[in-house]
Amino acid sequence: MNTINFGQLLRLLWPEITIILAALLALSVDLIGLRHSRLRLRFLSATSIASIGCVIAIDELLHASTQGALLDKIFVSTPLTQLVQIALLVITILTLFLAVDTDFTDHVGEFVLLILLATTGMMFLVAAQDLLVLFLSLELLSLSAYILAGFDKLRPRSSEAALKYFLFGGMSAAFLLFGFSLLYGLANSTNFVEIACAVQGHPFNPILILAIVTTVIGFGFKIAAAPFHFWAPDVYQAAPIPSAAFIASGSKVASFFIFFQLLVLGFAGAEGAASLAHFQSGWVPVLVVVSVVSMVLGNLVAIAQTSLRRLLAYSAVAHAGYMLLAYIAHSQQSLAALLYYVATYSLATLGILAILTVTEKHLGNDSIAGLAGLSRRAPFLSACLFVFILSLAGIPPLSGFFAKFFLFLSLLTVSPGSKLLLWLIILAIGMSAVSLYYYLRVLKSAFVADPPEESSPIQSSLLTRLLVGIIAAGVVVLGCAPDLILNQILKVIQASGL
Amino acid sequence: MLAWTIYLSFLGALALLLLPGRSATLARFLALLVSVTTFALALQGFLQHRSGEMFTVVSVPWIQSLGIQYSLKADGISLTLLLLTGIIGICGVLLSWNIDVRVKEFFAFYLVLIGAVYGVFLSFDLFLLFVFYEIVVIPKYFLISIWGSTRREYGAMKLVIYSFVGSAMVLVGLIAAYVVSGSRSLSLDYLAGYHFSPHFQMWAFPLVFVGFAVLAGMWPFHTWAPTGHVAAPTAASMLLAGVVMKLGAYGCLRVAMTLFPLGLGPWGFHVLGFGSWRDVFAILAVIGIIYGALVALVQKDFKFVIGYSSISHMGFILLGLMTLNQIGLSGAVVQMVSHGILAGLLFGVVGRMVYSRTHTRDLSALGPMHLSKVIPFAAFTFVIAGMASMGLPGFSGFAAEMMILIGVWRSYPTLILFVGVGLVAGVAYIWRAMQQAFFAGGPPATSPPDHPLPPITLPERLAAVILIVSSIIVGIFPQIFLHVIHPALNSPMFDGLSKGGW
Repeated sequence: MNTINFGQLLRLLWPEITIILAALLALSVDLIGLRHSRLRLRFLSATSIASIGCVIAIDELLHASTQGALLDKIFVSTPLTQLVQIALLVITILTLFLAVDTDFTDHVGEFVLLILLATTGMMFLVAAQDLLVLFLSLELLSLSAYILAGFDKLRPRSSEAALKYFLFGGMSAAFLLFGFSLLYGLANSTNFVEIACAVQGHPFNPILILAIVTTVIGFGFKIAAAPFHFWAPDVYQAAPIPSAAFIASGSKVASFFIFFQLLVLGFAGAEGAASLAHFQSGWVPVLVVVSVVSMVLGNLVAIAQTSLRRLLAYSAVAHAGYMLLAYIAHSQQSLAALLYYVATYSLATLGILAILTVTEKHLGNDSIAGLAGLSRRAPFLSACLFVFILSLAGIPPLSGFFAKFFLFLSLLTVSPGSKLLLWLIILAIGMSAVSLYYYLRVLKSAFVADPPEESSPIQSSLLTRLLVGIIAAGVVVLGCAPDLILNQILKVIQASGL
Repeated sequence: MLAWTIYLSFLGALALLLLPGRSATLARFLALLVSVTTFALALQGFLQHRSGEMFTVVSVPWIQSLGIQYSLKADGISLTLLLLTGIIGICGVLLSWNIDVRVKEFFAFYLVLIGAVYGVFLSFDLFLLFVFYEIVVIPKYFLISIWGSTRREYGAMKLVIYSFVGSAMVLVGLIAAYVVSGSRSLSLDYLAGYHFSPHFQMWAFPLVFVGFAVLAGMWPFHTWAPTGHVAAPTAASMLLAGVVMKLGAYGCLRVAMTLFPLGLGPWGFHVLGFGSWRDVFAILAVIGIIYGALVALVQKDFKFVIGYSSISHMGFILLGLMTLNQIGLSGAVVQMVSHGILAGLLFGVVGRMVYSRTHTRDLSALGPMHLSKVIPFAAFTFVIAGMASMGLPGFSGFAAEMMILIGVWRSYPTLILFVGVGLVAGVAYIWRAMQQAFFAGGPPATSPPDHPLPPITLPERLAAVILIVSSIIVGIFPQIFLHVIHPALNSPMFDGLSKGGW
C-alpha cells in the first residue's frame, strides 16, 4: 500500500482548495460585512470574490505540471482534465455573474457557497479514476444542486422542482451505487483500469450487464437523457434562473465527460456491438437505445411546449441524445467532438437563460408568446437570442452547427462502413430538422409577432448586456473559427492518451 | 475583388442594423448602394475572366484539423450566376421601395440573403458551400413571415422545413463522401477527382441530388415553392424564384453531378421502365414542366400562376441537366439566368405593380379594374415578360429552352413530345393570366374610381427596364454567356460527367 504524500496531494488539489477558500471568504464577507447592504451590492461582492477565486484556480491549472496521479490513480491530473476543469470554471464564472441582477433570494453568501461547492464537486468528478471518488464527488455536486434548485423559498414551484429533482436524483444515485457494488464484486477493485481488466474476460456476464444498465440509468439521470429526464422540465422551469443555468451547463459538462471516461476506461472491452447483423451485449446497444429515445422524444415533445424554459429542457434531452452518439463511436475524435459540443451547447443555453433573467423580470413569465415583439423592445438582447437559438438549432456559421457537423463526422470516421452509425446520423440530422421548427417558433415570437399595446422598451443592466454579449460573441467566434479550441482539445486528448 | 460581393453584403446588413434614426430613405439608398456595388464587382469579375476557366479568389486554411479550407473560386458558370444575383439584387431593392414597416431590418435580412447567395456561387469548399447554403434559409423565413401576405407564417415555415430537410440530405451525403474519400479535404476538385466506388455513388448521388433539387422545385418536392412565393413580399419572391431556386439547381450540377457521376449510370436492371437515376430525374423534370404549366392554367390567384410557372421553368433546368450533353447543360445554365430574370420581372409586376396597388390578386377581381388603362406600364411590362416567358425568339427564354430542347432531342427523343405539351400549356397560362388580369374588357368605367391607383413610380420603371433589357441581351447574344460556360463545362472538374455521358 502506498503512503499518502501530503505534499503531492496539496499540489494536485490546489485549484480545488482555492475554490473552497474563495467560497468561505465570499460567505464570511457577505455574512459579516454586508448583511444590511443592498442586495445587488452583496451579489456583486460575493460574485467578485468567487470569480477571483475561479480565475486564480484557472491560472493554477494553466501552469500546473502536465501529469499527476494520486494513490494508485484514484485521482489524476492530465492536460485533458485540466482543460475540462478550466471550461467548468469559466462556466461557473458566467453563471455567477448571471445571478447579480436577480432577486430570488437574500441568502447571497450561501448561494455563492453552494455554487462553488458544486464546482469543487465537478472538478473532482472530472479528475476521478476511481468509483468511490467518482461517487463522492458526484454526490457533492448533486446535493448542492438539489438545494440550488429549491433556493427560491418564496415560490412553491421551486421547492416542488427541488423535491422532484432530489427524489429522482436519490433514486439514480442508488442505482449507480448498486451498479458500482456489482462492479466491485466483479473486479475486486474500484479503479477504472482494474475494472476494465476484470471485465474484459467475461463480456456476457449477467452481473456485468446489470452493472452497465444501472450505471447508464444513474448517469442518464444526470445528463437528462430520456427516459430518465422527468426532473428536467420542472427544474428548468421552476428553479431560480442561475441555479437552472448551473444545472443545465456546468453540471452537464462534468457529467458527460466523466460518463465517457467511465465507459471507455472502466468498461473497455465490454462495448458490445449493436448492429443487427452481429449483436453483442455491452454498453453500446444500451446507449443506442437511450440516444434514439432521447432524440425522438426530446424533439417531438419540445414542439408542444409553450414555456421557453420547458422547451429548453426538452431540447436538452434531444441534445443529450445527439451527444450520446459520441459514446457510441468512443474514439479520440468523438471525445473531442463531445467536448466541443457540450461546451458550445452550454454556452448557448447559458445565454438564453441570461436573457430570461431580464425578460422574466419584465414580463412575469417565461412563455414563448410573452416574448412577442421582443426585437423592438430589446433589440440587443433579441439579436443575441437569435444567435443562441440558431446555434442550438445548428445553423451555420454558429458553433452549434460545427459541433453537430464534427460530431457526425467523428462518428462516421470510426467505421465508415457501419450501417448502424449511418442510420443514427440520418436520424439525428432528420431530428434537427424537426428541432428547427420549435426553435423558429421562439424567434417568430420575438421577431415576427407585434409587441403588445402600450409596451415600453425593456431595460437591462449594463452587466447583463455585457454578459450576454460576451456569450454571444463566444458562440459566433467558436462557430466561425472552431480551430481555436478544437486543436487544443485534440492536442490534450492525444497528450493524455485516452 | 469578387469575395467582396459577400463581405460587402454582410457588412451592409450590419451597417443597416446599426444605422441610427428611423430614416427609411437612408436605409433604402444604403441597400441600393450595396447591391449596385456588389453587382459592379460581379460584372468586373465577369469582364476580367472572359476565358471562363476556374480561377481562385481566396484560399486560406480554415479548420486545419479537418482539412477544410476557406476557398472561394469562380468559373464561367459561377460568374454567370453571380451576374444574375447582382441584377436581381438591384431590382429587388428597387421594387421594395414601398416597404415602410421595419425598413432597416427588411433590407438587413435582404442583404444577408444576397450575400449568402453570392457565397454559395463562389465557394469551392463543400463545407463553406454548405455554410452559405444554410445561411440562406434563415433570412428567407423572416422576410416572408414578417413582411409577407397570404398565410405568410405557414408559407414561411413550410419553406424552411423543406429547405432544411433538403440540406439535411445534402449534409449526410457530404459527410459520407468526406469520410469515404479518406477525411482529407472537402474541396470540390479533390472530391471530384476521387474515385468513389460505383456502389457508393449509386446511393449518394440521388441523396445529394434530391437534397439540392428540393430547393430547385423538383416535382414532387415542389410544394413549398408556390405557397412560399405567394406569401413572400415582392423582393423576397423575386429572390426566391430568381436566385434561391437556382442555388438548388447549381448544387445539383456543381456538387451532386460532379462528385458522383457514376450515380447517373445505368443500374443494370429496369424498374417500371427506368434504367438509371438519370431516367428517373428526367421523368420527374418533365412531370414538373407539364404539371406546373397545367396547374398554373387553372389558378385564380395571379401570384400562384407565376409561382407554378416557376415550377414548370425549373423543370426545364433539371431536364437540361439530365441530358448530359454540352448543349443541354449549357442550356440549363442559360435557363437559370433567363428564368431568374423573368421570374423576377413577373413577380415584380404581380407583387409590386399590381398587388400593392389593388390589394387583391384574384384574377376575376382584377379584370374589371381595367388595369391596362389604369396602369399601362404594368400591362406593358407583363406582356413583354409573358412573351419572354413563353419563349418567343429574341428573348432569353427562347435561347435557353431551344438549347435544352436540342439537348433533350439528342438524349431522350421521346420526351420531346411531352415537353412540347408543356410549352403549349406555357403559352396558354400566360395568355390566360394576361387576358384576365389586364385586358378583361367589360363595360368601360363611366365614372372615375373613388380611389385612383397611384401611378407607377420611378424605381419600379427602372427595375422593369433593367430586367427587360437583360432578358433581351441574353436572348440576342447568348454567346456572351456561352463563351464562359463552355470552357467551365469542359474543365477537369466535369471530367467524370463528360466521360460518362457525352
